[in-house]
Amino acid sequence: MEFSYSREQQMVKAMLKKFAETEIAPISEEIDAEAKYPYETIAHLGNLGVMGMPFPKEYGGAGSDYLTYIMAVEELSKVDASHGVIVQTHNALCCWPIFTYGTEEQKQKYLPKLLSGEHLGAFGLTEPNAGTDAAMQQTTAKDMGDHWLLNGSKIFISGGGIADVYVVMAMTDKSKGNKGISSFIVEKGMPGFSRGKKENKMGIRGSIAAELVFEDCAVPKENLLGGLGKGFKVAMSSLDVGRLGIAAQALGIAQGAFDQTVEYMKQRRQFGRSLDKFQALAFEMANMKTRIDGSRFLLYNAANCRDRGLSSTVEAAQAKLSCSETASYVVDKAVQFHGGYGYIKDYPVERMYRDQKITEIYEGTSEVMKMVISGSIFK
Amino acid sequence: MKIAVCVKQVPDTNEIRINPETGTLIRDGVPSILNNDDANALEQALQVKDAQPDTEVIVVTMGPPQAKEMLQECLAMGADDAILLSDRALGGSDTWATSNALAAGLKKAGPFDLIFAGRQAIDGDTAQVGPQIAEKMGLAQVTYVKAFELDGAFATVKRALEDGYETLRVKLPCVLTAIKELNTPRYMSVPGILKAAKADIKVWSADDIGVDKTTVGLKASPTNVFRSFTPRPKGKGVSVEGDTPKEQAANLLADLRAKHII
Repeated sequence: MEFSYSREQQMVKAMLKKFAETEIAPISEEIDAEAKYPYETIAHLGNLGVMGMPFPKEYGGAGSDYLTYIMAVEELSKVDASHGVIVQTHNALCCWPIFTYGTEEQKQKYLPKLLSGEHLGAFGLTEPNAGTDAAMQQTTAKDMGDHWLLNGSKIFISGGGIADVYVVMAMTDKSKGNKGISSFIVEKGMPGFSRGKKENKMGIRGSIAAELVFEDCAVPKENLLGGLGKGFKVAMSSLDVGRLGIAAQALGIAQGAFDQTVEYMKQRRQFGRSLDKFQALAFEMANMKTRIDGSRFLLYNAANCRDRGLSSTVEAAQAKLSCSETASYVVDKAVQFHGGYGYIKDYPVERMYRDQKITEIYEGTSEVMKMVISGSIFK
Repeated sequence: MKIAVCVKQVPDTNEIRINPETGTLIRDGVPSILNNDDANALEQALQVKDAQPDTEVIVVTMGPPQAKEMLQECLAMGADDAILLSDRALGGSDTWATSNALAAGLKKAGPFDLIFAGRQAIDGDTAQVGPQIAEKMGLAQVTYVKAFELDGAFATVKRALEDGYETLRVKLPCVLTAIKELNTPRYMSVPGILKAAKADIKVWSADDIGVDKTTVGLKASPTNVFRSFTPRPKGKGVSVEGDTPKEQAANLLADLRAKHII
């Protein structure tokens, strides 16, 4: 076992730290206030290879391992969690299923533009009545002989209306339950496919979430992804991969809020001394740091398991549970230690407090993570 | 086209802190970075390569073995090759001795159509090495370059002056020193990083570059650092009050008299 960053990991972290501080930090407040998708910085990240990091060069990816990719999401999220989730959704929930389940033709057609960041990807699973119980899909796909006909709607879709390529789940055979779900690659602009309501979210407001509407949407026959009836597997395994990225996002938020608080405590003076000289606060910072570092080990271990081809479902669930709950605890203390200043928008911890909450909800709630982990204990 | 870029690893002056008790620099734990102006020099070379893909960009530095890390970063930005001149015989060189070594290294790695360097390094601030390389290699030079355009066998450049700029047309090969107004250096890319982390960086000794050893290193250096110190912070200045220049002059005189200066 070796606990040190490789040279390439050091350089990736250094590059993204500089990028986040120079290019993203100045626009964070604006994209949050105006719920504005950061097209320019995302395109720039595409040029730098971040939008296709953990995929092979032959399809236009950067060819990094998953662990290094996780560190990239963490680094971006330290400064801005919206960027973290945009990169994450694109890589794990759209590029990954196409790379893993796609036919060679599908990979050749979609991956080069996705991995270069020229096209953005999204993932459509959640419906009004199919959240954690994802098998309750009501969107249907009917075999019309030479094409599929999709009808229904999806909600809370990250990148909805912005993305160019969508991996969408729909029922092809209701009588078969989970095994009646199939997944499809749907392109922006296909007839009958439109964006519905854009959500007004609490946090990660730079990442747009919207409803997807399918009204007799004709999808080419060859856009079935992973085979008939394999949609549930495609979705669940994608979320499994996605969890690591969300854990990294949560960890980044926690570390970012922690770092902000350290700086604030050093300069803020009350009762004639700076806040870091109050032991009650300093001890709480010690707890925060310990939980952050512990969560990081769980996360890097889970990513490392994936890189080595080992089963990592339970490890990923543990990482996500630990990182997101640590982030919840850290942002709460971060705002508390900033006092009144933590409650106003001039300080980034106010945004981080709101951005954090979703990490306990999406790509599997904390309760689902506990189902996965406890299931492995009492199997 | 073949382009050399002379670069230097320097302490990140943004990260340097001063010991409040002794007034000296705290050097421990200060990260080393690619010198700022050198990043602009590299960016210009890479822009030539963007426009003419058959261009080869080679970064060259002289320094201790850890300068390899900076060279990796240059490769990750897009340089094709990197050369480190590193040898105990070169240690302690001043600008004259450094340019002897770099000129020898560039001759061995060349010939080059263009040699870029940063205007000056943030640690020494001499701005001498670039011009000295040009002199020793017998090449034309333009310093303080803030705009660059290639036109055939010539380069048209803007040379920044204190109160303006001059436009010069210079025949290749030549040495150009870059200032930050020239461009915005690109970030390392992820594919670039993955490649650079595994790259084999050439290390050349004094013997490899065939430099006369009596012209390099501490002993050959005509200048020596006698003493370095942190200047005392200047006190806050005084602005002389008064509505008219006459009134201000009168107030200044009164003040000088009160202090028995005049």
